[in-house]
Amino acid sequence: MDALMLSRLQFAVATFFHFIFVPLTLGLVILIAIMETIYVRTGDELYKRQAKFWGKIFIVNFAIGVLTGITLEFQFGTNWSRYSKYVGDIFGSLLAIEATTSFFLESTFLAVWIFGWNRLSPKVHLLAIWLVAAASNASAYWIIMANAWMQNPVGYVLRGDRAELDNFLAVVTNNFGWQQYFHTLSGAYILAGFFVMGVSAYHILRRQHLEFFTKSFRFGLIFALIFSVAEVVQGHIHGAEVAKIQPAKLAAMEAHWDTRANAPQTLFLIPDEKNERNLLEFGKIPGALSMLAYHSPSAVVKGLKDFPKDERPPVALTFISFRIMVALGFLFVLLTAVGWLWRNNLEAHPRFLRLLIWAIPLPYIALQTGWIVAEVGRQPWIVYGLMKTQAAVSPIAVSQVGTTLVGFIALYSLLGFVAFYLIRKFAIAGPEPAAAAIPTGGPSAAAGPQEEPGEASGTFVEEG
Amino acid sequence: MLPTIWFLLWGILWAVYFMLDGYDLGIGTLMPVLGKSETDRRLIFRAMGPFWDGNEVWLITAGGVTFAAFPTTYAVMFSGLYTALMLILFALILRGVSFAFRDEYDHPLWKKVWDGCLIVGSFLPALLFGVAFANIFRGLPLDSEGIFQGTLFSLLNPYGIAGGILFLLLFCQHGALWLAAKTTGELEERAAAMARRLWPWLFLMSVIFLLATQRITNLFANYLANPVLLVIPLLAVAALVMIRVYMRKGAWWRAWFASAAVIVLVTLFGVVGLYPNLLPSSIDPAYSLTAFNSSSSPLTLKIMLAVALTFVPVVIAYQTWVHFIFKDKISHEDLAREEGY
Repeated sequence: MDALMLSRLQFAVATFFHFIFVPLTLGLVILIAIMETIYVRTGDELYKRQAKFWGKIFIVNFAIGVLTGITLEFQFGTNWSRYSKYVGDIFGSLLAIEATTSFFLESTFLAVWIFGWNRLSPKVHLLAIWLVAAASNASAYWIIMANAWMQNPVGYVLRGDRAELDNFLAVVTNNFGWQQYFHTLSGAYILAGFFVMGVSAYHILRRQHLEFFTKSFRFGLIFALIFSVAEVVQGHIHGAEVAKIQPAKLAAMEAHWDTRANAPQTLFLIPDEKNERNLLEFGKIPGALSMLAYHSPSAVVKGLKDFPKDERPPVALTFISFRIMVALGFLFVLLTAVGWLWRNNLEAHPRFLRLLIWAIPLPYIALQTGWIVAEVGRQPWIVYGLMKTQAAVSPIAVSQVGTTLVGFIALYSLLGFVAFYLIRKFAIAGPEPAAAAIPTGGPSAAAGPQEEPGEASGTFVEEG
Repeated sequence: MLPTIWFLLWGILWAVYFMLDGYDLGIGTLMPVLGKSETDRRLIFRAMGPFWDGNEVWLITAGGVTFAAFPTTYAVMFSGLYTALMLILFALILRGVSFAFRDEYDHPLWKKVWDGCLIVGSFLPALLFGVAFANIFRGLPLDSEGIFQGTLFSLLNPYGIAGGILFLLLFCQHGALWLAAKTTGELEERAAAMARRLWPWLFLMSVIFLLATQRITNLFANYLANPVLLVIPLLAVAALVMIRVYMRKGAWWRAWFASAAVIVLVTLFGVVGLYPNLLPSSIDPAYSLTAFNSSSSPLTLKIMLAVALTFVPVVIAYQTWVHFIFKDKISHEDLAREEGY
């Protein structure tokens, strides 16, 4: 393999791993902030314990997300130096703005939240977690706008041998980027919702911490339900935008070979890239693809054969990933709808609860396949229509990339195992016992937020 | 004008990163010597706990700003120093997760593993940042295409290694002072003794590095042309002496601030000496990347300047506030509280 392929693999490994941990943080932090808000408003300790319990899982995910994010930022320079030189004027500034406006805020105030339970007033402590929530969701905006520029470059002019910024406003209001942002964010919120539901289901099945987890479940359910429905609707709009802006990607997503009006949607098929056709097609819905992509059954959908061979994305991978993502998207609507119907007597549906535990990985798969569609489907371009991926790689030796790729895989596997182990351990262990259960605190131990928690409760149980 | 402003900001961002994360990296490096007992080690982690992540963001920002303001420099610097940089990144990942993982499982071996990650993850970046920056001061083998014609081993020349040792000593001194200021009892004394023991070595190494810089690099050219700039290295030496003065009095915070000044001034000494070069080429000065031939468009520089001038002061304000809330010495009671990772 050459440095190009190795660099692509390395970037894929780094992004894939990073994006296992980040999506959970984006949604979970909002749920934690809501829980703590209720605690501060009502003084009900249960919500404080909820914030702490989910907070512990959040922290592990956040730490790995931050640390693996740095390698992504620096890899543009290490492995994609020609790309960096070409687009730094625009792409680099979005990353720099992300760091200055969001990374500082989230990292600094997460530490305040972690270490500030006894040093800050409840309101200031609450503000800290809301700032983390706002900053992490804002950072997602900046990085997705940067990616959106690779998908749909706008607001630039080609000068000399690079793309230079021409219209900043156009770059940060890139419509394609907004679509991607809402699509990715909804996916992340669904993931957080399913995670909370799955872990809660585990405890509800075992009839432990019932009140705690029934209430947690409700948060996760509402969140997942809203965003599962929103995702299907918005996903359709996003797809239509892809059809307009990246027709080759759309053709690969659907394994659509021949340009034609009234293009059908095929429910099942196996793409055969070599012979430019599909095998085993059945379940054709006439006109459906034209309808979905351009809102008119007579619309012409350009087929892959009408793109030069060296400008077609890998078809099978894009197609299969897209199918998996869409199927899962509909499954999420179904699962959350059933959950909503049964929300008041969950314990009567142990099978459903068991199913939800097993459903935890599904949104992860949906998000990863979604990224494959976005990134693999954009190939062979690194910046759509402007720069090919093969022109972007650094002049580095194969041995260098080979070594670091092995390093990435080894280090990330190790971290992945440890993180999985810890998250599972925290999830299964359940929340810390209520403050009232601690003998030394006396009758007033179940103190509301009005009292200084640190002073009032004497000794607290020591964590981890 | 804009490229010059950004050149200075670029240097300041790196300087602030070294000043802040420097104490974390120094403490981590000294962990095997200072953390005698399990309680010591927990106190040491706790002394950095609320800060390390916010400190590390300065590195991300320095990297991001290099990308945004000087894309060509970013491309050449990061791909040229590929292996060194990847080692730094892997090390920083290990350092970071050791905070999140260490106290989550109660087994001596588990703790040992993460303590080890902290040590390696602090030592390597401290050393390699020094090696990298010394090599930049000296000039990198960049050809006419801006392609780095060397390897990790060509960075390990005597001057590069001297830079690495200087950074290690600077950060260890900085970390020992932080720990002395943040802890009590035996641990405070041990950290203080370490700071006192390190100082002569730091002084000696600074002198050696300064002399070597005069012989091996072109950094002094700017200073000879504008002698008023010599105030930077002179202030650095003065701050270095002040560390010693404050240590004598047991004024650990003041000594730490003096040490912070040394780190900032040493970095600025190098950066000002480099100007207008960001990456001088050792093959031919004509191939050097400068603030002018590697910068972004004026529009990008203007927008980024507006962003930086608006947000960086805000960042400094809230990070100062956070340091202020957690300014007290770490006590054993803190470890027993229900807070922390």
